[in-house]
Amino acid sequence: MTGNTEKENVSVDYFESGHRACGGCGPALAGKLIARAAGPNTIIVASTGCMEVFSTPYPETAWKTPWIHSLFQNAAAVASGVEASLKRQGRDEKVIVIAGDGATFDIGMLCISGMFERGHDVTYICYDNEAYMNTGIQRSGATPFDASTTTSPAGKLSNGNSRPKKDIPAILAAHGSPYVATTSIATPKDLMDKVKRALSIKGPCYIQVHAPCCTGWGFDGCKTMELGRLALNSGLWVNYEMVNGVVEKVKKVKRIPVDDYLKAQKRFRHLYRPQENKDEIAKIQAIADSNAQKYGIDIPVKK
Amino acid sequence: MLQITEGSHAVAEAVKLCRPQVVSAYPITPQTHIVERLAEMVADGDLNGEYICVESEFSALSSCVGASAAGSRVYSATTSQGLAFMAEVVFNAAGMRLPIVMTIANRALGAPLNIWNDQQDSIFLRDSGWMQIYGEDAQEAMDLHFIAYKLAERHDVLLPCFVCLDGFIVSHTFEPVDIPSQKEIDEFLPAFNPLHRLDAKNPMSFGMYATPDCYQEFRYEINAAMIRAKAAYREIAAEFKAKFGRDYTGLVEGYRLEDAETAIVAMGSICGTAKDAIDEMRDAGEKVGLLKIRSFRPFPSEEVRTALKGVKNIAVIEKNISIGSRMLGAVGLEVKDAVYKDSPNIFSYVGGLGGRDIRKRDIKQIVQWAKEGRNDCFFGLREELLK
Amino acid sequence: MALNVGAVAAPGHARNNKTGSWRVFCPTLDTAKCNKCGTCALICPEVCITLSGEFYSVDYDFCKGCGLCAEECPKDAITMKKEEK
Repeated sequence: MTGNTEKENVSVDYFESGHRACGGCGPALAGKLIARAAGPNTIIVASTGCMEVFSTPYPETAWKTPWIHSLFQNAAAVASGVEASLKRQGRDEKVIVIAGDGATFDIGMLCISGMFERGHDVTYICYDNEAYMNTGIQRSGATPFDASTTTSPAGKLSNGNSRPKKDIPAILAAHGSPYVATTSIATPKDLMDKVKRALSIKGPCYIQVHAPCCTGWGFDGCKTMELGRLALNSGLWVNYEMVNGVVEKVKKVKRIPVDDYLKAQKRFRHLYRPQENKDEIAKIQAIADSNAQKYGIDIPVKK
Repeated sequence: MLQITEGSHAVAEAVKLCRPQVVSAYPITPQTHIVERLAEMVADGDLNGEYICVESEFSALSSCVGASAAGSRVYSATTSQGLAFMAEVVFNAAGMRLPIVMTIANRALGAPLNIWNDQQDSIFLRDSGWMQIYGEDAQEAMDLHFIAYKLAERHDVLLPCFVCLDGFIVSHTFEPVDIPSQKEIDEFLPAFNPLHRLDAKNPMSFGMYATPDCYQEFRYEINAAMIRAKAAYREIAAEFKAKFGRDYTGLVEGYRLEDAETAIVAMGSICGTAKDAIDEMRDAGEKVGLLKIRSFRPFPSEEVRTALKGVKNIAVIEKNISIGSRMLGAVGLEVKDAVYKDSPNIFSYVGGLGGRDIRKRDIKQIVQWAKEGRNDCFFGLREELLK
Repeated sequence: MALNVGAVAAPGHARNNKTGSWRVFCPTLDTAKCNKCGTCALICPEVCITLSGEFYSVDYDFCKGCGLCAEECPKDAITMKKEEK
């Protein structure tokens, strides 16, 4: 693991033990890192979802900063109101949204588009575990191509989810967002740096955090970081920063075949059993190759 | 001093005088004149607040939830389809006990699409936990906003409130209105003092979820607050009367009910027409009166029963229809529950839907029907269209 | 449990829920191997590994035994042992 040697004795956490996430939960780690990076002078607005449910059954909140949840699809609008109120009161707390991919890619798009178009000073963070995990692993607009979920199951006539992942960062960059970034729980320092950077930039910023879900994807909870790394190293997830719509920084990797990532998860098991589905795997490899080309992630290999 | 003012502009003036820090609304007919005027006030610096130009009613009320939780007095306005679109947030704001005040310029709900007045929109949210008070004319609609903020924000209440006025009939009509001064309203309505607010200095979690261990108790509490709101309303309206001279102290208000054998029960602007019709019927020797329902939530059952004591026939004018209910109208069901021990004849008469005019002769006919014991039904139907 | 108006609660209550009871495997630190890099504490989703004195220690009231710390330890200083109950 590289770049993770932040000295723990100087870190203060605003996300507490006792929450009800699964052991090895990627989103729980994301929540902890986001709260740690943002610090105490932050108001967190949450959507309904896994993180909301595992962290706030009344009265057992795991949050030590002010935190509010209203509905599934309105976190961006609630945050807009919080920000307007703080502005009017002359207060200096930062406003962060933490929402899942269902709340962000699908049901919350209207409110998100409104918030970004109006230019509220809010950092919107999506923890992306690539399906509706809270309700039992149903497909969302963030579910990757060919992943088997309970509403996009693999079957005799199906290879799983038939559509590629929606490109939300591009959509929000097109709204004129000054800062759009992707990161992963597998790169915790990068995640925290991006949260801090977004909070230092005025206006609506967006961060999408890859947050592997052991229960939903089908892997052992001790492998959560490893899965995040495999996604990055295969090119199926890319860490990058877009400033004013231009990609500035990209995490480069020595790419591995997508096989290494896919084989590690039960949601892609149908691509290997009863026999290897080479055509479908080739399509997924093509997605990774296209990402690699688009973002220039390949570290040149000397021949 | 009286000024000739459009109903919507009177409401906007009232809102400005209440000093909301955040106004968030989405335009929809017939609410538009209210929010346009508020936007002008913000643009000119007459209203010292944020106007959030949201992309939908859903975000309008959602942003009010955020701003209210952060400690600001907030305002929104909508109607009909817009209110239906924000319905999920309507329940949510009440459950979170946020004292949001929202004007409803009452309008029919589609389909078929219809922009004209009835009261189906606010009534369909009767179980949401919002208080609902109805103004008969521009003056009352305006004044109820001052009362609504003070009532909603009281710590023994902490419930959001609809202030309802009939779309077009009140919102777009010019009437003489007495507009209080800022000083008077500042004396009547103190700054918002939230019980809890989002604050880094005292961090709290808002909008947590409740398991079966405590959910029911939260619902019990919200209902208890709604019951407390009756007495709180009376106190605040009495204070308003002492300061401004206008009397809204009753959650209901009787008109010529003394010795009445037949009573009309109604909400909103139709009460004006009803009073004229009653005057004419009284002149002709008929013992008839009106009970105006000012507060539909909380519903003042005791006051209704007291006011209608001794009345033989009750005709409820319903600008709504509870489709599939035997009694047809939502107001009639409440009134019937209030008075059933006194055994009067009580009927719901549905009419005025989607802007159909209700005339004095319609009201006289309803009175006649009630006396004859004609069962719950529509009035003012164009029978020729139903063949 | 007190009912606050609107289901509002102050921080600190989650710690009443001792998730350590979920644990099947228990992380144990070999201090001879540990180089105190802090990776375990950084990536623990339970926020239950902290520096106490010279070395990092696990709060077993909350550790769910996921094994992420053992998996990620660059010095293999943490081993997961079957919980003795």
